[in-house]
Amino acid sequence: MANTYTLISSNVLSASATSITFSAIPSTYTDLVLRISARSDSTFSSGIPESLVVTFNGSGASNYSKTTLYGNGANALSVRDTATANAILSFNAVGNGVTANTFGNAEIYVPSYLSSTSKPFSSFGTGENNATTAYIAANAALWNNTVAITSTTIIPGNGSNWLSSSSFYLYGIKNS
Amino acid sequence: MTMAIEINCTTGETIERPLTAEEIAANEAAAVEQATRTHEAEVKAAADAEAKAALLTKLGITADEAKLLLA
Repeated sequence: MANTYTLISSNVLSASATSITFSAIPSTYTDLVLRISARSDSTFSSGIPESLVVTFNGSGASNYSKTTLYGNGANALSVRDTATANAILSFNAVGNGVTANTFGNAEIYVPSYLSSTSKPFSSFGTGENNATTAYIAANAALWNNTVAITSTTIIPGNGSNWLSSSSFYLYGIKNS
Repeated sequence: MTMAIEINCTTGETIERPLTAEEIAANEAAAVEQATRTHEAEVKAAADAEAKAALLTKLGITADEAKLLLA
């Protein structure tokens, strides 16, 4: 059980931006946690929330995989992707086509980010919409690379930009 | 202009810069992949719902009655 939870760095957007990168991540923690509240400029209006497209160390090699489970009360679905150039963590943010001033939220947990084995990670989130349909999603993902994680980048899956007031917080956890 | 924000966690410095052509291409590829996955999932959900409704009609029972049978 983690006994520390330390803010490493954060950014609250004052203007739109396409990508957010946390670089030079210190190697003094055991696990990493990303907490995100975000809205993109996606024009999807069907209530389908945005996705978080995550890469580590700037790697675009096809060594990511993920399983997504999500539902909205009417449908429950599962999607599996392998050997992709990034991890698309579905339905953890919202696009600009849904209720104004709402933001999706998500937590991405990366255990043992310094290990010399492949890096499993997970996320859990909801796409707030203040409407009758709400989505919830859980993602189990893997970055099949043995180097320590020193940076991570997050871009929107459907839109081109994260909108102003989207916020990104990176925490470090130590187990001792 | 599309901007990238990089936060250096060691120095605390934040850099804002235009995306490179390579980054723009990678983002566009991710968007296409995401749209494909979303479409596939929605098609599957619709097909599953249709098949379920057809089966219930064939059996002549309601969804609630089917739940009772499986409980």
